[in-house]
Amino acid sequence: MDAIAQFISRAILQGTPLLYGATGEIITEKSGNLNLGIPGIMYIGAISGVIGGFFYQNGAQSVDPALAVIIPLLCCLLGSLLTSLLYCFLTVTLKANQNVTGLAITTFGVGFGNFFGGSLIKILRSDVPYLSLVKIARAYKTTIFPFADDMGSFGQMIFSHGFMVYLAIVIALVSGFILKKTKAGLHLRSVGENPATADAAGINVTLYKYLATSIGGMIAGLGGLFYIMDYSNGIWSNNGFGDRGWLAIAIVIFSIWKPSMSILSSYLFGALYILFNYINVPMTYIPLIQMLPYAVTIIVLIATSIRKKRENQPPQALGITYFREER
Amino acid sequence: MNALELKNVTKRFGEVVANKNINLTVQSGEILAILGENGSGKTTLMNMIAGIYYPDEGEIFVNGKPVTISSPKDAFNLRIGMIHQHFKLVDLFTATENIVLGINDKHKFNLKDAAKRVAEISAKYGFDIDPKKKIYEMSVSEKQTVEIVKVLYRGADILILDEPTAVLTPQETEKLFKVIKKMKEDGKSIIIITHKMHEVLSVSDRVAILRRGEYIDTVVTAETNEAELTEMMVGKKISLNINRTEPKDSTDRLIVENLNLTNADGVKVLDDISFTAKSGEILGIAGIAGSGQKELLESIAGLINSSKGNVTYIDPSNNKNIDLRKKTPVQIRELGVRLSFVPEDRLGMGLVGNMDIIDNMMLRSYKNGHSLFLDKKPPKKLANKIIEDLEVVTPSATTPVRRLSGGNVQKVLVGREISSAPTVLMAAYPVRGLDINSSYTIYNLLNKQKENGVAVIFVGEDLDVLLELCDRILVISSGAVSGIVDGRTAKKEEIGLLMTKAKGAKENEEQKN
Repeated sequence: MDAIAQFISRAILQGTPLLYGATGEIITEKSGNLNLGIPGIMYIGAISGVIGGFFYQNGAQSVDPALAVIIPLLCCLLGSLLTSLLYCFLTVTLKANQNVTGLAITTFGVGFGNFFGGSLIKILRSDVPYLSLVKIARAYKTTIFPFADDMGSFGQMIFSHGFMVYLAIVIALVSGFILKKTKAGLHLRSVGENPATADAAGINVTLYKYLATSIGGMIAGLGGLFYIMDYSNGIWSNNGFGDRGWLAIAIVIFSIWKPSMSILSSYLFGALYILFNYINVPMTYIPLIQMLPYAVTIIVLIATSIRKKRENQPPQALGITYFREER
Repeated sequence: MNALELKNVTKRFGEVVANKNINLTVQSGEILAILGENGSGKTTLMNMIAGIYYPDEGEIFVNGKPVTISSPKDAFNLRIGMIHQHFKLVDLFTATENIVLGINDKHKFNLKDAAKRVAEISAKYGFDIDPKKKIYEMSVSEKQTVEIVKVLYRGADILILDEPTAVLTPQETEKLFKVIKKMKEDGKSIIIITHKMHEVLSVSDRVAILRRGEYIDTVVTAETNEAELTEMMVGKKISLNINRTEPKDSTDRLIVENLNLTNADGVKVLDDISFTAKSGEILGIAGIAGSGQKELLESIAGLINSSKGNVTYIDPSNNKNIDLRKKTPVQIRELGVRLSFVPEDRLGMGLVGNMDIIDNMMLRSYKNGHSLFLDKKPPKKLANKIIEDLEVVTPSATTPVRRLSGGNVQKVLVGREISSAPTVLMAAYPVRGLDINSSYTIYNLLNKQKENGVAVIFVGEDLDVLLELCDRILVISSGAVSGIVDGRTAKKEEIGLLMTKAKGAKENEEQKN
């Protein structure tokens, strides 16, 4: 029993960065912006948080748990916001191609992360190729449900995590509600479906695209922060975040653009990602197991394309730059 | 008092004057029809009232007060609503969601209440619409209903309908007119843009006529008739002095029999079309835009599959009949049929804008040759020949065609199409957007093809040109042939009447008699 509980607990931790990334990308894509820069933005969110945490941990005499959480959090939000604004400026204002811009931002984000990560390690004159922010991580990992310890292995499996695990769920649910039930959500979806119609109805298409992409980018950035501060116990190593950003984009397709669906799909992907640790397979087959999330995404993509249900398709204007004067 | 009044409104797009000194009045509880040919400036004028364009000169009055309408929002605030020809709806949303989209009032966002109001409005005017139905599940007429309700929901008193019946079946049109009359009884002012004569006569109180951007007159519908309106719409004949030779040794080249086509919306776009194109002759095709010209040419060229009918080509070398229906353009070419097509959409279907003139030449010949590498010499020679012969103004043959002016793009396209020595040449609106000199170059090219014994099919919009260039003119209306006239003897009014004659009109006349 304990092994299963531990597996699920790890799957939740593994799925949480994906959930942040997926929720952020769904909000972005609902505005018609196919932001392939999300993996890069998650890197930048992570390194921005690490920079903030690094200077706080090394500068302050004693580490206050509240500040240890807030400072990296704000740095992370700022870093991912600026990157998202760059994406918006290029694609919405200057009408650059969304795919090219997104891929460039991902390349840039990974390099940016590794450059500053490497620099911080150099500052410390450390012998090891990583950076440790244990005190900050401790603040992030503190459980917010004091009763978790009394609930046995299954209670711990669900309630013993740091606050960011639950924040991710709350953000996903709130996003789903806003998209589905509010005027702002209706307007945002109309921008992603048919910007010309939204424009004619008096909706500020540019504003919605900027807002959705920026907010989405900041949410995705939190995924990077969570990965370092909670999942990795405050340890930054270059390229440590891996391909999780791409996995988050795969989840967007897997969840057919529904934030509420993305919660379970993220945990499922998280579980598939670490499955090889818990089953007995020869080393040579591990990559096959690690491939599963992508294989599943392809199957979902094929299935939804075959069924052609309009509600399950990507936003109609996804990836298309909107020019008002073009008809 | 006039609900809406325009005084000396003028709109220019660069050099082109789209509207010149237009004067119009509409009263409350009145239906005003705006009648005019394609390009007469009807839609431009209405777009100025709806806030999409801003007039360069002139004044607009609403309820007697001078107003400035600089955006669709201003128009909404003045209680003016326009139903565009191309619907502005989000397919994935329900009717209600589309109707409330973009409304920023202080009311709480509540789709249930909104749906109730939509149902109320529908009941009041007799619309048949399900507020919860999604747009992509709707027929064209349902979508139009949503557009009308959208305007009424925002409280419009002046409604502008831009060619509302273009996409409707006769029954749906009937229903729409009932609704329009109900709105009129309710005290609303309705402006309806159309070029269908029988609709003007059956629904409107007054008719304003525009011709080439100029305001001609406004007449009371009850005091006029079809012939008078047509004459005002098409105007007097203007002489263009296009050379026209007598056809020589004309024989049948392309025979189209009972061609039918139904589009995805279930609308009949081609309705039993039959005609024969002869060698050494220019056959003109006249009709209101969107009457099926594009579909007709594309069915012949093998780009779309007609649902019924025959297209037969008679090979000039051996007089054998070749069936062209249900064949792709490549199959048609492989059969030895030398068919050339100059499509309406030059840079979309005809040429690739980002490629240079040489590469565009290769679009016709890329299948020739078996070498792994491209042989650029023949297309280069051809490109240079076209540039020289047709006097294409371009820095070089390696300039991307999108950088050329409209006239030069057309020369490149026509040049390529006639270079393959076709026996049938189809050209759709080949002089659209071209200046006078370029137009005459194209006319001369077509005439030369005719003298060479090619069967030329020319789809045009300018009746003066059709009458001076073509030997015979096929007039189509709503996808059906309404007449074939002789280009040398036909009167402009005669063609105008045929163009606006609808199937329903015949029946109406019979009922009257």
